Amino acid sequence: MSDILLEAKNFGVTLDRTPILKDLDFSVREGEFLTIMGPNGSGKTVLVKSLLGLLPHDGDLKWHKKPRVGYLPQGLNQTSVRDMPVTVHDFFSFKKLKQDEIRKYLSLVGLERSVLNKRAGLLSGGEFQRMLVAWVLASQPNIVFLDEPTTAVDISGGETIYSLLRDIWEKQQLTIVNVTHDLNIVYAHSTHVLCLSRFGHRCYGVPKDVLTPEVLRDIYKTDIKFYTHEGES
Amino acid sequence: MTNQLLLSLISGIFIAGSAAYLGTLMLSKRMAVVAGPLGHLALPGAALALIYGFSLYIGAFPFVILGILLIWGIEIRTRLPMEALTAIVFATGVAIAFLFLPIDKAEAALIGDISKVNAYETVSAVILCSVVLIAINRSYSNLMLMNINEDVAKIEGISVKKYNLIYLASIAIIVALGVDLVGGLMTAALVAIPAAASRNFSKTLVQFGLLSGIFGVISAVIGIISAKLTGLPAGPLVILTSTVIFLISIPASKN
Repeated sequence: MSDILLEAKNFGVTLDRTPILKDLDFSVREGEFLTIMGPNGSGKTVLVKSLLGLLPHDGDLKWHKKPRVGYLPQGLNQTSVRDMPVTVHDFFSFKKLKQDEIRKYLSLVGLERSVLNKRAGLLSGGEFQRMLVAWVLASQPNIVFLDEPTTAVDISGGETIYSLLRDIWEKQQLTIVNVTHDLNIVYAHSTHVLCLSRFGHRCYGVPKDVLTPEVLRDIYKTDIKFYTHEGES
Repeated sequence: MTNQLLLSLISGIFIAGSAAYLGTLMLSKRMAVVAGPLGHLALPGAALALIYGFSLYIGAFPFVILGILLIWGIEIRTRLPMEALTAIVFATGVAIAFLFLPIDKAEAALIGDISKVNAYETVSAVILCSVVLIAINRSYSNLMLMNINEDVAKIEGISVKKYNLIYLASIAIIVALGVDLVGGLMTAALVAIPAAASRNFSKTLVQFGLLSGIFGVISAVIGIISAKLTGLPAGPLVILTSTVIFLISIPASKN
Protein backbone atom coordinates (compact mmCIF):
# COMPACT_ATOMS: atom_id res chain seq x y z
CA MET A 1 0.00 0.00 0.00
CA SER A 2 1.31 3.46 -0.88
CA ASP A 3 2.34 6.06 1.66
CA ILE A 4 -0.06 8.39 3.42
CA LEU A 5 0.27 11.91 2.05
CA LEU A 6 -2.31 13.75 4.10
CA GLU A 7 -4.03 12.81 7.33
CA ALA A 8 -6.93 14.56 9.07
CA LYS A 9 -8.07 13.69 12.59
CA ASN A 10 -10.95 15.31 14.49
CA PHE A 11 -10.88 17.80 11.68
CA GLY A 12 -13.45 20.59 11.81
CA VAL A 13 -14.15 24.03 10.44
CA THR A 14 -16.06 26.82 12.17
CA LEU A 15 -16.81 30.01 10.25
CA ASP A 16 -18.42 33.06 11.88
CA ARG A 17 -19.01 30.94 15.00
CA THR A 18 -21.07 28.46 12.95
CA PRO A 19 -19.67 24.93 12.81
CA ILE A 20 -19.57 23.88 9.15
CA LEU A 21 -17.68 20.61 9.57
CA LYS A 22 -16.69 18.63 12.63
CA ASP A 23 -14.98 15.41 13.72
CA LEU A 24 -13.80 14.32 10.29
CA ASP A 25 -11.24 11.52 10.14
CA PHE A 26 -9.72 10.54 6.84
CA SER A 27 -6.44 10.21 5.03
CA VAL A 28 -5.24 10.55 1.46
CA ARG A 29 -2.62 8.11 0.19
CA GLU A 30 -0.28 8.78 -2.68
CA GLY A 31 -1.88 7.91 -5.98
CA GLU A 32 -5.43 7.97 -4.62
CA PHE A 33 -8.37 9.52 -6.47
CA LEU A 34 -10.47 10.73 -3.55
CA THR A 35 -13.83 12.26 -4.33
CA ILE A 36 -15.53 14.47 -1.77
CA MET A 37 -19.25 14.28 -2.48
CA GLY A 38 -22.42 15.59 -0.91
CA PRO A 39 -25.35 17.89 -1.59
CA ASN A 40 -25.06 21.67 -1.89
CA GLY A 41 -24.25 23.29 1.43
CA SER A 42 -22.65 20.20 2.93
CA GLY A 43 -19.25 21.90 3.21
CA LYS A 44 -17.31 20.31 0.34
CA THR A 45 -15.66 23.51 -0.83
CA VAL A 46 -15.02 24.62 2.75
CA LEU A 47 -13.27 21.32 3.42
CA VAL A 48 -10.99 21.68 0.39
CA LYS A 49 -10.17 25.30 1.24
CA SER A 50 -9.35 24.43 4.83
CA LEU A 51 -7.16 21.50 3.75
CA LEU A 52 -5.27 23.96 1.57
CA GLY A 53 -4.86 26.45 4.40
CA LEU A 54 -7.14 29.03 2.77
CA LEU A 55 -9.58 28.76 5.69
CA PRO A 56 -8.84 28.08 9.37
CA HIS A 57 -9.57 24.66 10.86
CA ASP A 58 -9.70 22.82 14.20
CA GLY A 59 -8.28 19.39 14.93
CA ASP A 60 -5.22 17.81 13.35
CA LEU A 61 -4.09 18.08 9.78
CA LYS A 62 -0.81 16.45 8.93
CA TRP A 63 1.03 16.43 5.62
CA HIS A 64 3.40 13.47 5.74
CA LYS A 65 5.38 14.79 2.80
CA LYS A 66 5.85 18.34 1.63
CA PRO A 67 3.19 18.64 -1.04
CA ARG A 68 3.38 20.41 -4.36
CA VAL A 69 -0.24 21.44 -4.63
CA GLY A 70 -2.28 22.19 -7.73
CA TYR A 71 -5.70 23.78 -7.19
CA LEU A 72 -8.60 24.36 -9.52
CA PRO A 73 -11.26 26.18 -7.49
CA GLN A 74 -14.89 26.48 -8.48
CA GLY A 75 -14.56 30.24 -8.83
CA LEU A 76 -11.86 29.98 -11.50
CA ASN A 77 -14.21 29.77 -14.45
CA GLN A 78 -14.54 31.47 -17.78
CA THR A 79 -16.68 34.30 -16.42
CA SER A 80 -13.68 35.50 -14.39
CA VAL A 81 -11.76 36.25 -17.61
CA ARG A 82 -14.53 36.71 -20.16
CA ASP A 83 -14.25 40.50 -20.30
CA MET A 84 -10.48 40.63 -20.08
CA PRO A 85 -7.85 40.64 -22.83
CA VAL A 86 -6.10 37.57 -21.44
CA THR A 87 -4.85 35.04 -24.00
CA VAL A 88 -4.05 31.42 -23.25
CA HIS A 89 -0.39 32.42 -23.51
CA ASP A 90 -0.94 35.20 -20.93
CA PHE A 91 -2.48 32.64 -18.60
CA PHE A 92 0.62 30.45 -18.78
CA SER A 93 2.91 33.46 -18.41
CA PHE A 94 1.52 33.90 -14.86
CA LYS A 95 3.65 30.83 -14.14
CA LYS A 96 6.65 32.10 -16.07
CA LEU A 97 6.87 28.95 -18.20
CA LYS A 98 8.99 28.50 -21.30
CA GLN A 99 7.29 28.21 -24.69
CA ASP A 100 8.10 24.50 -25.16
CA GLU A 101 6.84 23.66 -21.65
CA ILE A 102 3.54 25.42 -22.38
CA ARG A 103 3.18 23.42 -25.63
CA LYS A 104 3.95 20.19 -23.79
CA TYR A 105 1.14 20.71 -21.28
CA LEU A 106 -1.31 21.89 -23.94
CA SER A 107 -0.72 18.74 -25.97
CA LEU A 108 -1.15 16.65 -22.80
CA VAL A 109 -4.75 17.86 -22.62
CA GLY A 110 -5.26 17.61 -26.36
CA LEU A 111 -5.16 21.32 -27.23
CA GLU A 112 -3.48 22.60 -30.41
CA ARG A 113 -0.73 25.19 -30.06
CA SER A 114 -2.91 27.57 -32.11
CA VAL A 115 -5.04 28.23 -28.98
CA LEU A 116 -2.06 30.05 -27.42
CA ASN A 117 -2.95 33.33 -29.12
CA LYS A 118 -6.67 33.03 -28.52
CA ARG A 119 -8.40 34.95 -25.77
CA ALA A 120 -9.13 32.58 -22.88
CA GLY A 121 -12.60 34.08 -22.53
CA LEU A 122 -13.47 33.16 -26.11
CA LEU A 123 -12.52 29.46 -25.94
CA SER A 124 -15.34 26.92 -25.78
CA GLY A 125 -16.30 25.83 -22.25
CA GLY A 126 -14.59 22.45 -22.73
CA GLU A 127 -11.41 23.96 -24.21
CA PHE A 128 -11.18 26.45 -21.36
CA GLN A 129 -11.51 23.71 -18.77
CA ARG A 130 -8.83 21.62 -20.49
CA MET A 131 -6.58 24.67 -20.59
CA LEU A 132 -7.04 25.01 -16.82
CA VAL A 133 -6.13 21.36 -16.28
CA ALA A 134 -2.97 21.90 -18.34
CA TRP A 135 -2.26 25.09 -16.39
CA VAL A 136 -2.59 23.34 -13.03
CA LEU A 137 -0.40 20.43 -14.15
CA ALA A 138 2.27 22.80 -15.45
CA SER A 139 3.46 23.44 -11.87
CA GLN A 140 4.20 19.70 -11.65
CA PRO A 141 2.07 19.12 -8.57
CA ASN A 142 2.00 15.78 -6.77
CA ILE A 143 -1.50 16.42 -5.42
CA VAL A 144 -4.27 18.22 -7.27
CA PHE A 145 -7.45 19.57 -5.67
CA LEU A 146 -10.33 20.02 -8.09
CA ASP A 147 -13.55 21.73 -7.00
CA GLU A 148 -16.41 20.83 -9.36
CA PRO A 149 -14.18 21.02 -12.44
CA THR A 150 -17.05 20.34 -14.85
CA THR A 151 -19.73 22.75 -13.60
CA ALA A 152 -19.37 25.02 -16.62
CA VAL A 153 -19.38 22.35 -19.32
CA ASP A 154 -22.11 20.11 -20.73
CA ILE A 155 -22.35 16.39 -19.91
CA SER A 156 -20.13 15.15 -22.75
CA GLY A 157 -17.59 17.91 -22.05
CA GLY A 158 -17.62 16.93 -18.37
CA GLU A 159 -17.01 13.29 -19.23
CA THR A 160 -14.08 14.32 -21.46
CA ILE A 161 -12.51 16.27 -18.61
CA TYR A 162 -12.82 13.34 -16.22
CA SER A 163 -11.48 10.80 -18.75
CA LEU A 164 -8.58 13.16 -19.33
CA LEU A 165 -7.94 13.55 -15.60
CA ARG A 166 -8.14 9.82 -15.10
CA ASP A 167 -5.70 9.25 -17.94
CA ILE A 168 -3.20 11.73 -16.52
CA TRP A 169 -3.76 10.38 -13.00
CA GLU A 170 -2.85 6.87 -14.18
CA LYS A 171 0.16 7.93 -16.25
CA GLN A 172 1.69 10.44 -13.84
CA GLN A 173 0.83 8.77 -10.53
CA LEU A 174 -0.86 11.90 -9.34
CA THR A 175 -2.95 12.14 -6.21
CA ILE A 176 -6.32 13.73 -6.89
CA VAL A 177 -8.83 15.18 -4.44
CA ASN A 178 -11.98 15.98 -6.37
CA VAL A 179 -15.22 17.65 -5.30
CA THR A 180 -18.48 16.80 -7.00
CA HIS A 181 -22.16 16.20 -6.33
CA ASP A 182 -22.32 13.83 -9.31
CA LEU A 183 -22.65 10.24 -8.16
CA ASN A 184 -21.67 8.85 -11.57
CA ILE A 185 -18.23 10.41 -11.25
CA VAL A 186 -17.69 8.74 -7.91
CA TYR A 187 -18.41 5.29 -9.31
CA ALA A 188 -16.62 5.78 -12.61
CA HIS A 189 -13.36 7.35 -11.49
CA SER A 190 -12.69 7.40 -7.75
CA THR A 191 -10.67 4.99 -5.69
CA HIS A 192 -12.06 6.49 -2.49
CA VAL A 193 -14.99 8.61 -1.48
CA LEU A 194 -15.65 10.93 1.44
CA CYS A 195 -19.29 11.92 1.66
CA LEU A 196 -20.65 14.85 3.62
CA SER A 197 -24.15 15.98 4.39
CA ARG A 198 -25.80 18.92 6.06
CA PHE A 199 -27.16 16.59 8.70
CA GLY A 200 -23.95 15.21 10.07
CA HIS A 201 -24.04 11.88 8.23
CA ARG A 202 -20.92 10.96 6.40
CA CYS A 203 -19.12 7.99 4.92
CA TYR A 204 -15.56 7.27 3.95
CA GLY A 205 -14.00 4.40 2.05
CA VAL A 206 -14.06 2.57 -1.26
CA PRO A 207 -17.19 3.71 -3.19
CA LYS A 208 -18.75 0.32 -3.81
CA ASP A 209 -18.33 -0.63 -0.14
CA VAL A 210 -19.63 2.48 1.53
CA LEU A 211 -22.20 3.99 -0.84
CA THR A 212 -25.17 1.85 0.08
CA PRO A 213 -28.72 3.05 -0.69
CA GLU A 214 -29.20 3.70 3.05
CA VAL A 215 -26.11 5.90 3.24
CA LEU A 216 -27.15 7.84 0.13
CA ARG A 217 -30.61 8.39 1.58
CA ASP A 218 -29.09 9.75 4.77
CA ILE A 219 -26.68 12.00 2.88
CA TYR A 220 -29.18 13.46 0.41
CA LYS A 221 -32.31 13.06 2.59
CA THR A 222 -34.12 11.56 -0.39
CA ASP A 223 -34.39 8.20 -2.08
CA ILE A 224 -31.70 7.85 -4.70
CA LYS A 225 -31.87 4.86 -6.94
CA PHE A 226 -28.52 3.80 -8.29
CA TYR A 227 -28.46 0.51 -10.10
CA THR A 228 -25.32 -1.56 -10.08
CA HIS A 229 -25.24 -3.96 -12.97
CA GLU A 230 -23.94 -7.02 -11.25
CA GLY A 231 -23.60 -10.15 -13.32
CA GLU A 232 -23.65 -8.22 -16.60
CA SER A 233 -21.17 -9.32 -19.19
CA MET B 1 7.57 76.42 -25.53
CA THR B 2 7.44 78.17 -22.17
CA ASN B 3 8.97 76.55 -19.11
CA GLN B 4 5.57 76.47 -17.43
CA LEU B 5 4.03 74.54 -20.31
CA LEU B 6 6.96 72.13 -20.30
CA LEU B 7 6.56 71.48 -16.58
CA SER B 8 2.81 70.96 -16.99
CA LEU B 9 3.37 68.56 -19.89
CA ILE B 10 6.01 66.52 -18.04
CA SER B 11 3.85 66.19 -14.90
CA GLY B 12 0.73 65.49 -16.95
CA ILE B 13 2.40 62.81 -19.07
CA PHE B 14 3.78 60.96 -16.05
CA ILE B 15 0.60 61.21 -13.95
CA ALA B 16 -1.83 60.32 -16.76
CA GLY B 17 0.40 57.54 -18.14
CA SER B 18 0.88 55.78 -14.82
CA ALA B 19 -2.76 56.29 -13.80
CA ALA B 20 -3.86 54.68 -17.07
CA TYR B 21 -1.48 51.74 -16.64
CA LEU B 22 -2.64 51.20 -13.05
CA GLY B 23 -6.20 51.58 -14.37
CA THR B 24 -5.94 48.30 -16.31
CA LEU B 25 -5.51 46.44 -13.01
CA MET B 26 -8.31 48.41 -11.36
CA LEU B 27 -10.63 47.78 -14.31
CA SER B 28 -9.90 44.03 -14.20
CA LYS B 29 -10.73 44.01 -10.51
CA ARG B 30 -13.91 46.06 -11.20
CA MET B 31 -12.47 48.72 -8.94
CA ALA B 32 -11.97 51.57 -11.40
CA VAL B 33 -14.82 53.50 -9.83
CA VAL B 34 -13.13 53.50 -6.40
CA ALA B 35 -10.63 56.09 -7.63
CA GLY B 36 -13.55 58.53 -7.88
CA PRO B 37 -14.58 58.55 -4.22
CA LEU B 38 -10.92 58.58 -3.20
CA GLY B 39 -10.44 61.68 -5.30
CA HIS B 40 -13.47 63.29 -3.70
CA LEU B 41 -12.15 62.37 -0.32
CA ALA B 42 -8.93 64.15 -1.19
CA LEU B 43 -10.89 67.40 -1.51
CA PRO B 44 -10.57 68.45 2.17
CA GLY B 45 -6.81 67.90 1.81
CA ALA B 46 -6.78 69.91 -1.39
CA ALA B 47 -8.73 72.64 0.42
CA LEU B 48 -6.14 72.75 3.19
CA ALA B 49 -3.37 72.94 0.59
CA LEU B 50 -5.04 75.88 -1.11
CA ILE B 51 -5.69 77.73 2.17
CA TYR B 52 -2.14 77.27 3.46
CA GLY B 53 -0.42 77.45 0.08
CA PHE B 54 1.25 74.08 -0.34
CA SER B 55 1.06 71.52 -3.16
CA LEU B 56 -2.35 70.01 -3.88
CA TYR B 57 -1.08 66.44 -3.91
CA ILE B 58 0.65 66.81 -0.55
CA GLY B 59 -2.65 67.89 0.94
CA ALA B 60 -4.53 65.16 -0.90
CA PHE B 61 -2.23 62.25 -0.03
CA PRO B 62 -3.03 61.73 3.70
CA PHE B 63 -6.74 62.02 2.99
CA VAL B 64 -6.55 59.39 0.25
CA ILE B 65 -4.70 57.04 2.60
CA LEU B 66 -7.36 57.70 5.24
CA GLY B 67 -10.05 56.98 2.65
CA ILE B 68 -8.48 53.67 1.65
CA LEU B 69 -8.14 52.61 5.29
CA LEU B 70 -11.75 53.67 5.97
CA ILE B 71 -13.23 51.90 2.95
CA TRP B 72 -11.38 48.63 3.51
CA GLY B 73 -11.69 48.77 7.30
CA ILE B 74 -15.45 49.35 7.23
CA GLU B 75 -15.85 46.72 4.52
CA ILE B 76 -14.17 44.07 6.66
CA ARG B 77 -16.23 45.13 9.69
CA THR B 78 -19.67 45.51 8.06
CA ARG B 79 -19.39 43.50 4.81
CA LEU B 80 -21.37 46.24 3.08
CA PRO B 81 -20.86 46.31 -0.68
CA MET B 82 -17.90 48.38 -1.84
CA GLU B 83 -20.07 50.79 -3.86
CA ALA B 84 -22.21 51.67 -0.82
CA LEU B 85 -19.08 52.40 1.21
CA THR B 86 -17.47 54.47 -1.50
CA ALA B 87 -20.70 56.49 -1.80
CA ILE B 88 -20.66 57.19 1.94
CA VAL B 89 -17.00 58.08 1.99
CA PHE B 90 -17.04 60.29 -1.10
CA ALA B 91 -20.10 62.28 -0.02
CA THR B 92 -18.45 62.83 3.38
CA GLY B 93 -15.28 64.05 1.68
CA VAL B 94 -17.14 66.54 -0.50
CA ALA B 95 -19.25 67.74 2.43
CA ILE B 96 -16.21 68.38 4.66
CA ALA B 97 -14.35 70.14 1.86
CA PHE B 98 -17.19 72.56 1.18
CA LEU B 99 -17.49 73.46 4.86
CA PHE B 100 -14.17 75.27 4.82
CA LEU B 101 -12.96 75.47 1.22
CA PRO B 102 -12.97 79.16 0.18
CA ILE B 103 -15.38 79.18 -2.75
CA ASP B 104 -13.13 81.40 -4.88
CA LYS B 105 -10.40 78.77 -4.61
CA ALA B 106 -12.67 75.79 -5.18
CA GLU B 107 -11.92 75.49 -8.89
CA ALA B 108 -8.35 74.23 -8.47
CA ALA B 109 -9.43 71.55 -6.01
CA LEU B 110 -12.35 70.44 -8.14
CA ILE B 111 -10.89 70.38 -11.64
CA GLY B 112 -7.11 70.47 -11.10
CA ASP B 113 -4.37 73.01 -11.52
CA ILE B 114 -1.69 71.41 -13.68
CA SER B 115 -1.09 74.63 -15.65
CA LYS B 116 0.44 76.20 -12.51
CA VAL B 117 2.61 73.26 -11.44
CA ASN B 118 6.12 74.28 -10.32
CA ALA B 119 9.52 72.61 -10.84
CA TYR B 120 9.58 71.04 -7.39
CA GLU B 121 6.12 69.52 -7.90
CA THR B 122 7.09 68.27 -11.36
CA VAL B 123 10.21 66.52 -10.08
CA SER B 124 8.28 64.88 -7.24
CA ALA B 125 5.52 63.77 -9.65
CA VAL B 126 8.12 62.22 -12.00
CA ILE B 127 9.84 60.38 -9.13
CA LEU B 128 6.60 59.13 -7.54
CA CYS B 129 5.13 58.04 -10.89
CA SER B 130 8.34 56.21 -11.81
CA VAL B 131 8.24 54.34 -8.51
CA VAL B 132 4.60 53.37 -9.13
CA LEU B 133 5.31 52.34 -12.74
CA ILE B 134 8.22 50.12 -11.76
CA ALA B 135 6.38 48.57 -8.80
CA ILE B 136 3.23 47.88 -10.82
CA ASN B 137 5.19 46.57 -13.81
CA ARG B 138 7.08 44.09 -11.65
CA SER B 139 3.92 42.97 -9.85
CA TYR B 140 1.60 43.07 -12.87
CA SER B 141 1.38 39.38 -13.61
CA ASN B 142 0.91 38.41 -9.94
CA LEU B 143 -1.69 41.14 -9.40
CA MET B 144 -3.57 40.06 -12.52
CA LEU B 145 -3.66 36.44 -11.33
CA MET B 146 -4.92 37.71 -7.95
CA ASN B 147 -7.67 39.59 -9.81
CA ILE B 148 -8.65 36.42 -11.65
CA ASN B 149 -8.63 34.22 -8.54
CA GLU B 150 -7.06 35.12 -5.23
CA ASP B 151 -7.11 31.57 -3.82
CA VAL B 152 -5.21 30.20 -6.80
CA ALA B 153 -2.70 33.02 -6.46
CA LYS B 154 -2.14 32.03 -2.81
CA ILE B 155 -1.66 28.37 -3.73
CA GLU B 156 0.83 29.42 -6.42
CA GLY B 157 2.88 30.97 -3.62
CA ILE B 158 2.06 34.63 -4.25
CA SER B 159 2.04 36.78 -1.09
CA VAL B 160 -1.40 38.30 -1.54
CA LYS B 161 -0.98 40.71 1.38
CA LYS B 162 2.30 42.09 0.04
CA TYR B 163 0.94 42.64 -3.45
CA ASN B 164 -2.30 44.17 -2.15
CA LEU B 165 -0.20 46.64 -0.20
CA ILE B 166 1.83 47.57 -3.30
CA TYR B 167 -1.42 47.91 -5.25
CA LEU B 168 -3.19 50.10 -2.68
CA ALA B 169 -0.13 52.29 -2.10
CA SER B 170 0.08 52.83 -5.85
CA ILE B 171 -3.60 53.80 -5.99
CA ALA B 172 -3.09 56.28 -3.13
CA ILE B 173 -0.11 57.94 -4.83
CA ILE B 174 -1.78 58.11 -8.24
CA VAL B 175 -5.08 59.47 -6.91
CA ALA B 176 -3.27 62.17 -4.89
CA LEU B 177 -1.24 63.19 -7.95
CA GLY B 178 -4.36 62.93 -10.10
CA VAL B 179 -5.98 65.66 -7.98
CA ASP B 180 -3.23 67.98 -9.25
CA LEU B 181 -3.89 67.08 -12.88
CA VAL B 182 -7.68 66.81 -13.16
CA GLY B 183 -8.97 67.76 -9.69
CA GLY B 184 -10.81 65.78 -7.06
CA LEU B 185 -13.99 65.38 -9.07
CA MET B 186 -12.58 63.49 -12.05
CA THR B 187 -9.78 61.22 -10.81
CA ALA B 188 -11.77 58.07 -11.62
CA ALA B 189 -11.77 59.08 -15.28
CA LEU B 190 -7.98 59.21 -15.27
CA VAL B 191 -7.73 55.49 -14.42
CA ALA B 192 -10.95 54.22 -15.98
CA ILE B 193 -11.28 55.81 -19.43
CA PRO B 194 -7.87 54.97 -21.01
CA ALA B 195 -8.06 51.44 -19.57
CA ALA B 196 -11.59 50.94 -20.92
CA ALA B 197 -10.54 52.21 -24.37
CA SER B 198 -7.48 49.97 -24.32
CA ARG B 199 -9.56 46.95 -23.40
CA ASN B 200 -11.66 47.48 -26.49
CA PHE B 201 -8.59 47.39 -28.74
CA SER B 202 -6.46 44.79 -26.92
CA LYS B 203 -6.17 41.08 -27.38
CA THR B 204 -3.32 40.40 -24.94
CA LEU B 205 -2.37 41.64 -21.48
CA VAL B 206 0.77 43.36 -22.78
CA GLN B 207 -1.28 45.34 -25.32
CA PHE B 208 -3.82 46.15 -22.59
CA GLY B 209 -1.26 47.80 -20.28
CA LEU B 210 0.78 49.46 -23.02
CA LEU B 211 -2.11 50.93 -25.03
CA SER B 212 -3.78 52.21 -21.87
CA GLY B 213 -0.58 54.03 -20.87
CA ILE B 214 -0.26 55.50 -24.39
CA PHE B 215 -3.90 56.69 -24.35
CA GLY B 216 -3.26 58.32 -20.96
CA VAL B 217 -0.20 60.15 -22.30
CA ILE B 218 -1.98 61.29 -25.50
CA SER B 219 -4.90 62.62 -23.44
CA ALA B 220 -2.55 64.58 -21.17
CA VAL B 221 -0.57 66.10 -24.07
CA ILE B 222 -3.61 67.10 -26.15
CA GLY B 223 -5.53 68.28 -23.07
CA ILE B 224 -2.72 70.45 -21.68
CA ILE B 225 -1.74 71.96 -25.07
CA SER B 226 -5.34 72.75 -25.99
CA ALA B 227 -5.81 74.33 -22.57
CA LYS B 228 -2.81 76.57 -23.32
CA LEU B 229 -4.23 77.49 -26.72
CA THR B 230 -7.83 78.10 -25.65
CA GLY B 231 -7.40 79.38 -22.10
CA LEU B 232 -9.83 76.73 -20.87
CA PRO B 233 -8.91 74.60 -17.79
CA ALA B 234 -6.62 71.65 -18.56
CA GLY B 235 -8.23 69.01 -16.32
CA PRO B 236 -11.56 68.77 -18.16
CA LEU B 237 -9.78 68.90 -21.54
CA VAL B 238 -7.52 65.97 -20.56
CA ILE B 239 -10.57 63.93 -19.55
CA LEU B 240 -12.56 64.87 -22.67
CA THR B 241 -9.63 63.89 -24.91
CA SER B 242 -9.63 60.43 -23.33
CA THR B 243 -13.42 60.29 -23.78
CA VAL B 244 -12.93 60.88 -27.52
CA ILE B 245 -10.35 58.05 -27.63
CA PHE B 246 -12.84 55.84 -25.80
CA LEU B 247 -15.62 56.67 -28.27
CA ILE B 248 -13.30 55.77 -31.16
CA SER B 249 -12.55 52.45 -29.44
CA ILE B 250 -16.18 51.33 -29.12
CA PRO B 251 -16.52 49.82 -32.64
CA ALA B 252 -13.31 47.81 -31.98
CA SER B 253 -14.78 46.14 -28.89
CA LYS B 254 -14.75 42.37 -29.26
CA ASN B 255 -17.51 41.77 -26.75
